[in-house]
Amino acid sequence: MCGIVGLFLKDPKLEPRLGELLTDMLITMTDRGPDSAGIAIYGGAKDGLGKITIQSSEPAKDFKDLDGELHSAIGQPVTMKIKSTHAVLEVPLDQMDAARSALAHLRPGVKVMSAGDAIEIFKEVGLPKDVAARFEVAKMKGTHGIGHTRMATESAVTTMGAHPFSTGPDQCLVHNGSLSNHNGLRRELIRKGMTFETQNDTEVAAAYVSQKLKEGEDLGTALESGLEDLDGFYTFVVGTKNGFGVVRDPIACKPAVMAETDEYVAFGSEYRALVNLPGIENARVWEPEPATVYFWER
Amino acid sequence: MQSFDLGKEGLRALNSALHALKGQTNMTDWEVINPKGAHAIAAGVDAPVSITVHGSTGYYCAGMNKHATIHIKGSAGPGVAENMMSGTVIVEGNASQYAGATGRGGLLVIKGNAASRCGVSMKGIDIVVHGSIGHMSAFMAQSGNLVVLGDAGDALGDSLYEARLFVRGSVKSLGADCIEKEMRDEHYSLLEELLRKGEADGKAKPEEFRRYGSARKLYNFNIDNASAY
Repeated sequence: MCGIVGLFLKDPKLEPRLGELLTDMLITMTDRGPDSAGIAIYGGAKDGLGKITIQSSEPAKDFKDLDGELHSAIGQPVTMKIKSTHAVLEVPLDQMDAARSALAHLRPGVKVMSAGDAIEIFKEVGLPKDVAARFEVAKMKGTHGIGHTRMATESAVTTMGAHPFSTGPDQCLVHNGSLSNHNGLRRELIRKGMTFETQNDTEVAAAYVSQKLKEGEDLGTALESGLEDLDGFYTFVVGTKNGFGVVRDPIACKPAVMAETDEYVAFGSEYRALVNLPGIENARVWEPEPATVYFWER
Repeated sequence: MQSFDLGKEGLRALNSALHALKGQTNMTDWEVINPKGAHAIAAGVDAPVSITVHGSTGYYCAGMNKHATIHIKGSAGPGVAENMMSGTVIVEGNASQYAGATGRGGLLVIKGNAASRCGVSMKGIDIVVHGSIGHMSAFMAQSGNLVVLGDAGDALGDSLYEARLFVRGSVKSLGADCIEKEMRDEHYSLLEELLRKGEADGKAKPEEFRRYGSARKLYNFNIDNASAY
């Protein structure tokens, strides 16, 4: 099954409440996906600085003195904010690649969840309410965010198998459904230089979109291409630094409801997820059409 | 009037109270407030009562309905009035996918649009949609009537049996074995009656509709088509 929620704010006044609103939406979708949960949140981009969100199954050991060691390795200051099994590193933008290589060398067991100017991804195995509490999602601010509750069908219930998947700078994708041609596509994408962390079908969809973006397509065109190349059932919600996109496969049996007001665009696998949003009574509420790409930017 | 706050009292309490109504009852008028998209609201009712839901509902609202009149003053999630046996379900807003699926009787009225697979495998239910319907509607529909004032999406009536489909607007494409058929006098009078019952008689006239039904070519196994199966 799986549940998806997303919130793209048009009105900056709601930005301090982004995490709180998304947490409520995410927990409402618990019975669609009690295995694991995750959230990608965009905000707090600082001039000249990038963010790398990392994860470790042994955070006490792996995160100890990591900021200092990275500072020595790249010769520039690095700040680290630890949240449970995850930590967000702030690194000068021109040192992002250097920091990632140093990280792989210094802490080979640490996984990179996301990297970019604005994106942070937190995901873990467990009930959505526990995952949200562990990372204090309700306190997070930002411009837009995407959350996912997982009921695994395609690969193991692990931290890395949880959504969102991020396979490019400031990019993320979540999925409700299952793909049937992901193994073939994964081989093609590996030939083109993409790397994969899991056997998960959704990671292939994320990497597919990232590859298209790398080849110069805009997000709308990349998602249009996906309608041709991705076989299976899907409702995807994708995020970029400034954008938020939605697409459903042509059969469209995976549910999707959207709501739009002057203040926000919201996505829920079910209307239930949207009922506590401010002004929902007067929102335009609709179901995205099959095989149609929707995209918002700010 | 029995008023029920779903936010306070919960779904199970509502459905238990409705299921306790058997045959004739004095509690004939119910209203449900704060539905907030909950699943299975007023599913399995088996009594001639009237239930008004003030707001939008989630999966399977009014599923398996028998005898009751259920009025949704909002939009309905997937599978509204699924497998309805009798009675009436009216949706003021839009309905999500597979509205009225497998319905055996009664009347489902959708005043907005219905999404994909409306009336899939319908077996005797009448469905009147004031707006348009999505793709694969009336897939394998066996009997009953589907009336659409707007347009129909792709593959209307695929693998259809004996249900009658009336569409006023355009049909994006017909499914396998579904063909347009002539409108005869009996169809005009049937439509007039369905439009009246579906509160749509002020919006459309029977002569504005086209009728679609089964070509009856998929009824039996045909050895010449063996490679197509």
